[in-house]
Amino acid sequence: MIYFLIFFTIHDVLKAEKALKGRDVDIELVPVPRNLSSDCGMCIKLRGDLEGIMPYINGIEMDKCVSYDGKEYQFLAHS
Amino acid sequence: MIYLDNAATSFPKPKETIDFLNDFVLNVGGNPGRSGHALSLAAARSIFEAREKLAALFCVMDSERIIFTQNGTESLNLAILGLLKEKDHVITTSLEHNSVMRPLMFLSKEKGVGISVVQCSPDGNLDVGDIKKLIRKKTKAVVINHGSNIIGKVQPVGEIKKMIGGIALIVDACQTAGSFPVNVEEDNIDILCFSCHKSLYGIQGLGAIYIRNGIELAPLKFGGTGSRSESIEQPMFLPDRYESGTPNTPGIAALLGGLSFIERTGIETIIRRKQDLRQSILSGLSDIPQVVIYGDKDDGNQLPVISFNIEGKLPSEVGYELNKREIYTRVGLHCAPAAHRTIGSFPEGTVRAAPGYFTTDEEIAVFIDAVREIAGKTSAHS
Repeated sequence: MIYFLIFFTIHDVLKAEKALKGRDVDIELVPVPRNLSSDCGMCIKLRGDLEGIMPYINGIEMDKCVSYDGKEYQFLAHS
Repeated sequence: MIYLDNAATSFPKPKETIDFLNDFVLNVGGNPGRSGHALSLAAARSIFEAREKLAALFCVMDSERIIFTQNGTESLNLAILGLLKEKDHVITTSLEHNSVMRPLMFLSKEKGVGISVVQCSPDGNLDVGDIKKLIRKKTKAVVINHGSNIIGKVQPVGEIKKMIGGIALIVDACQTAGSFPVNVEEDNIDILCFSCHKSLYGIQGLGAIYIRNGIELAPLKFGGTGSRSESIEQPMFLPDRYESGTPNTPGIAALLGGLSFIERTGIETIIRRKQDLRQSILSGLSDIPQVVIYGDKDDGNQLPVISFNIEGKLPSEVGYELNKREIYTRVGLHCAPAAHRTIGSFPEGTVRAAPGYFTTDEEIAVFIDAVREIAGKTSAHS
């Protein structure tokens, strides 16, 4: 599964990236998909287990969290 | 050339400052947080890292609560104009810079804000109890100069905050940031305003402000932030709420270099060296009978900012003579007329010698010799 983690600011995107750095997770910073948000910035694209990374980024407020199974996007509830 | 005007801006800058600036302008150059390409992201990373380093230096828990501004003055304007509302009351001191006094006077005239000024002694000492006596029901903030730009006096901000409780403490740390320990958690500072081109070794055109969680300031600027682009409302989240428009990213990259220099050198080493320089200037000047030194010479816990005059000579004349010898000080009122009234040097002002981390012992010796020589000469004005 692929997840798009969309934050309010580029500052928070980089903060989340820093929190996940050095851990065994497959993340990439990509432009926010236009169908998911009108933001003109970046978000984190995660390939793998969402639950596994959440403890590391719990303190950073997320705007949207979206899963993508290759066919459909699904907006997920988040803290 | 001997540069003793580091209280206005530090010079020279560390190699890291120039390297980071150079690298940004040559190889990065993108507009941060605005686009999805690699150069925009690299620019955003410079800003993120600079914020993180500032947060570590001042013990700020959430780095997004540090906002970049054009200079310390803009930070103080945002704090003062953004916090105080119609008919509020504010307490400040007689040692403040015009970057505090002028926005306060504006609010007094335009919004009926009441201002009480605590009188400091000529040595710059402040009786914390005097602040307490001035607190009213409508007192919203205390604005205080952490370190004087005239006599280097450092005020006990933590002690003041303990005494004022829930009233917001706005600290002008333009002189102390990078020159003296600043800990927003320990001292419970609500708003910290500082410039980045003095002892943080950035370049001119950059300042910053820390705003404690729970304090809402009205923004000074509104506009594009790269976030929430579908909305025509200013975002509420930080740092974007207060950072509209393209920032001074080259300046922030240079600051990142300056902060890396501080990290590599160690803030304690820098502070110790500056204290030594202060002591050697004070002891050199004290040996010249015609020299009058302002401030508390015996207090070892002050900044390397020394104000003096030579009896029978105008500060401008002394500054001119020093300049002829390629020794650069700053003379006059240093944008702080209230502070000069307090120390007893208004309206002529003083000669201010402000060494920096890169000032050498030899330079101090040359400077002291020059002052001795000038003091011995007959005044052109007498």
